[in-house]
Amino acid sequence: MTLDARVGVVLGSLDLDVELRVDDGEVVAVLGPNGAGKTTLLRALAGLTPLTTGRVRIGELVVDDPALGVLVPPERRPCAMVFQEHLLFPHLAVVDNIAFGLRSRGVGRAEADRRARTWLDRMGLSAYANDKPHALSGGQAQRVALARALATDPQVLLLDEPLSALDATTRDDVRRELRDHLRAFAGCAVIVTHDPFDAAVVADRLVIVESGHVVQDGLVADVTARPRSGFVADLMGINLLTATADGTTLRVDGAELTAADAHEGPVFVVVAPSAIALYGARPSGSPRNVWSTRVDELHLVGDRARVHLGAPIPLVAEVTPAALAELDIAEGTETWVAVKATQLVVYPR
Amino acid sequence: MAVAAAVTVAFLAVPVFALITKASWGTLWGDLSTPEARSALRLSLVCSLWATALSIVFGVPLAWMLARSRMPARNLVRALVILPMVLPPVVGGVALLLGFGRRGLIGGWLYDLDGIQLTFSTAGAVLAETFVAMPFLVITVEAGLRSMDRRYEEAASTLGAGRWTVFRRVTVPMILPSLVAGAALTWARALGEFGATITFAGSIQGRTETLPLAVYLQLEGHQDVAVALSLLLLAVSLAVLVSLRGRWLGMSPSG
Repeated sequence: MTLDARVGVVLGSLDLDVELRVDDGEVVAVLGPNGAGKTTLLRALAGLTPLTTGRVRIGELVVDDPALGVLVPPERRPCAMVFQEHLLFPHLAVVDNIAFGLRSRGVGRAEADRRARTWLDRMGLSAYANDKPHALSGGQAQRVALARALATDPQVLLLDEPLSALDATTRDDVRRELRDHLRAFAGCAVIVTHDPFDAAVVADRLVIVESGHVVQDGLVADVTARPRSGFVADLMGINLLTATADGTTLRVDGAELTAADAHEGPVFVVVAPSAIALYGARPSGSPRNVWSTRVDELHLVGDRARVHLGAPIPLVAEVTPAALAELDIAEGTETWVAVKATQLVVYPR
Repeated sequence: MAVAAAVTVAFLAVPVFALITKASWGTLWGDLSTPEARSALRLSLVCSLWATALSIVFGVPLAWMLARSRMPARNLVRALVILPMVLPPVVGGVALLLGFGRRGLIGGWLYDLDGIQLTFSTAGAVLAETFVAMPFLVITVEAGLRSMDRRYEEAASTLGAGRWTVFRRVTVPMILPSLVAGAALTWARALGEFGATITFAGSIQGRTETLPLAVYLQLEGHQDVAVALSLLLLAVSLAVLVSLRGRWLGMSPSG
């Protein structure tokens, strides 16, 4: 069973056009900045927002195809959704929240109750079975929301920012549990998030969406090592340059860099901030890429200082605060920059 | 400003105060136990509860349509719903007479069909009360539906609940406070209905003579009974007001 979708939705200023294919047992994270259309994508898959163009197929079942006039309503799709603010029904006891989907799909009262309690047990929340949701903490509510969705035994599980409403400590625990539950889940799972760490821990594959379009799709390690968008590079805290390669020579805007390996044509160049060395005077020795520039901005992040370098190549270097003092660097001062050729990661655009 | 406000408060308070102090408290129970008072009391309860029930059964679907659907001429329909709230009740009674009276638009047809006559019957009293009181239910429930977080309904539908299940298990429980408030206001309004009832249904003891009608009729000759019944209606009004204080007086029920 495969989720196979081309989701085209025009909604206000959003023009979403995303292709997504998720296989059984696969967990795909859709990662992107706010307003990229991630939530709309999930809503379209769930049937809450109809497609403008495209098609959504779950296994052999076409659930939305405007060209064919097919639109299966949410309640008749083999999907379940976990919402950002959990949306547990406030008037129902916790166990009845979990049993809700089963009851709606025609399971008898006693059987639904029994299965709901099994889920509560699995989530370690049996003690709260008869409480109302407002008695739960954020993490507990998230677990119940997940159990409520999984209890219906969906073929497609959709999760909209499931961790964003949690505080940092709870988040670590719930993230780990979520990963375990998703690994055990046999169907297709799509999780929407703007947090790369959540995505990396929970998902097998990342789909990066920006302004309604997929900018990258690949395994977590590949996407993070070789980002194809400024959004991912910023999230990873690394420098991403677009360049044109001519052998080992890389032209970046007006400047040139030298790489260790030869490439041809349009390429991306990744430079780790820690691979950039700063000097007070022109360094002698091996580095192939040396230039001088102005320091635009300085930020202290944890025990590292991030130094934003100006033209000709806008990069962010990371040094220790001690080095900063030693080099006498401040905003507006000149500095020498050196990057080894072997530290440039070059791949085709 | 303070003086003007004080005058206004006094203006509002004096009649209520007079009603309470002028009542002959010693004979109150006896006044309320006269056959006419008891029959009016029983009839009023029956009619107002029927009117409330009818308002819920027919008013909630209308409120849902007004709040949720893209029904045509929605504002016109809403204006029609609110009209009985601002219409002088006696005019409502005349309109009912022309519509559902024995020679009315629908009433004449009903009479020819099966000899059904709404005027001068308890059913007529119920109809008049419903006509005047239903807007309170529709407007309150519509407001509740509009302010409800619809994502809960969406969550229910993704869990496999069809529209009717969503309505029954999610929508209604979540707007229950509005529904209860609307029903209480409707009931209070129906209980106090006078103009439309006396115009459309007349005042026949035991059949259409509800409490307010009894108050009016007893005022000549049996003023004590009229005052006692008035006190009863005042108490009911206060009880509704107190139970809805969070909604109407800008206070939370706990504070």
